[in-house]
Amino acid sequence: MPAPATQTIPAPDLRQVIASDGTRRFELSGAWTLRALRFRLTELAPRLAECAAAPSSQWDLRGVQAIDHAGAMLLWRAWGRRRAVDLVLKPEHESLFGDLDLPAEPMPVHARRDPLRLLVFLGRKLLSVLNHLTAVVAILGQVVLDTGFLVRQPARIPWREISSNIYRTGTQALGITALVGFLIGVVLSYLSSQQLKLFGADAFIINILGISVIRELGPVLAAILIAGRSGSAITAQLGVMRVTQELDAMAVMGIPHTLRLILPKMLALAVSMPLIVLWTDAIALLGGMVAAHAELGIGYSYFLSSLPDAVPIANLWLGLGKGVVFGLLIALVACHFGLRIEPNTESLGIGTTNSVVTSITVVIIVDAVFAIMFKDVGIS
Amino acid sequence: MAEHVIEMKGLWTQFGDHIVHRDIDLGVCRGEIMSLVGGSGSGKTTLLRQMLGLERPARGEVLIFGEALHGSDPGIMRRLRDRRGVLFQEGALFSALTVFDNVALPLRELRTLDQGLIHDLVMMKLRMVGIEPQHADKMPAELSGGMVKRIALARALALEPELLFLDEPTAGLDPDRSESFVTLIRELHRELNLTVVMVTHDLDTLVALSTRVAVLCEQRLLIVGTLDEVVANADPFICNFFMGERGRRALTAGKGAQYLA
Repeated sequence: MPAPATQTIPAPDLRQVIASDGTRRFELSGAWTLRALRFRLTELAPRLAECAAAPSSQWDLRGVQAIDHAGAMLLWRAWGRRRAVDLVLKPEHESLFGDLDLPAEPMPVHARRDPLRLLVFLGRKLLSVLNHLTAVVAILGQVVLDTGFLVRQPARIPWREISSNIYRTGTQALGITALVGFLIGVVLSYLSSQQLKLFGADAFIINILGISVIRELGPVLAAILIAGRSGSAITAQLGVMRVTQELDAMAVMGIPHTLRLILPKMLALAVSMPLIVLWTDAIALLGGMVAAHAELGIGYSYFLSSLPDAVPIANLWLGLGKGVVFGLLIALVACHFGLRIEPNTESLGIGTTNSVVTSITVVIIVDAVFAIMFKDVGIS
Repeated sequence: MAEHVIEMKGLWTQFGDHIVHRDIDLGVCRGEIMSLVGGSGSGKTTLLRQMLGLERPARGEVLIFGEALHGSDPGIMRRLRDRRGVLFQEGALFSALTVFDNVALPLRELRTLDQGLIHDLVMMKLRMVGIEPQHADKMPAELSGGMVKRIALARALALEPELLFLDEPTAGLDPDRSESFVTLIRELHRELNLTVVMVTHDLDTLVALSTRVAVLCEQRLLIVGTLDEVVANADPFICNFFMGERGRRALTAGKGAQYLA
């Protein structure tokens, strides 16, 4: 058997013949198929246009060995979107030219620019933010109602979902939060001790590290990592469930989305976030302690024993409380964006991005609110 | 013997310990419509994926137009792109692109056609599969399953392929649409001189289109032959498949009662 992959296709060609009585005839030969044409189109197209512009000419396609829709369309366009008046062709190619009359390409319309477009843009954005807020409040309300329902019927509490979510968002996040927490602790401690050395205030490294890590950095760092890690996963999961109609299937079975999907995720993050915060705090302080020992020569036992004096215990409770709130918010935002995903791939990508960006922003805004509300708490 | 467009030689497919195909030899001749049939889970779609080069055989080889699909030459997928078209089971339209852009994508990828020609070719393909021009700007998510299938067929035909793969072309279409889909494929087959490989469950489609039928059963290729030859086979699987209530009806409707005498 010959190798047909390498078989040569006869090249499409166009020849002009002028008969003795002065009439022109254009003879086409070779294969006028897309495969053959695509490499020669740049050369053939202008010649074809030139020939088609000539008056009273005959077109002879009998020499054409193969022609497909693309070839027929090319000729049709050259003839000015109609059949050439004087055309001879093989009978088997006739059907290709029978059905080419298509609506022409519409001229691109240049929309007039609206002088108020900036205002309209801002208004749309504002409305969209309001729209999101309403939807989030609606989900939150439904979750509260579901919680009330579960308090009355504790047998319906989805323990399995809650525990698997705690495992996924908590246990599996221990590694990454430890790594980031340790490095941040080392960097913070190293830079602060450089400054403190100038003033001989070495011992204050414990105050700086303790307050900043336990009160501020631990919760925010953990929340940002969890928002990126678990928030995106929740949004994508719900989004894919929308695409594959699993959400519809649940609704038809009478299982409310909020009860079985959203509530367990919110509860799970409310449980695992403070634990992750505690873990991040501990590892970040460990990192800080190692760096302080290396840089300032502060002993580990001295560091640990003076930590409770330097940092009032209220800071720890505040940090853990922030963890609970951040966890609830991350889950809420992630679920909200997950439920709004439309069944196409682009929406999935946009939804996941928006979810992560929004939850990180919300975490930082809420953190600022906490800072103002508790400005008199835990700082001696 | 007619030239083989696709040739599978001693092909084995294996996922882990699970063997899907054992020693399959199959040749598809130029210009024929070959149907792959078999029970659910018998590996029909996997065999189609082997022909497309989307799976790698555990043993054996696949030749397309005489070229080894898994040979040393990595350029084969690119060279094949304008010689074969594929209609996936769920259409596999790009959900981020409009109907028009979906069909235009393979044409634009050639990088030699101008916008006007692409527009006309896309519109022609859409009309060929019976999609009205006003649907061209819609997104795939806004369309019904039948329309998605027809647009996917238009995309598969965009580069004027010689070889067309159809995975369950009529699944999920209403009887009227199935009928017109079958007519459409038959017309295209005649007009464009296509070679078609089709996976189908639908006996009506099978009877209406196939020039030859390959039956997959228990990891092996049970029989390859014309519909008459296959139906004459006494294997219990074939009896169940073709001689059940539905099979008899399809055969009677499709070709007259000569098989059932």
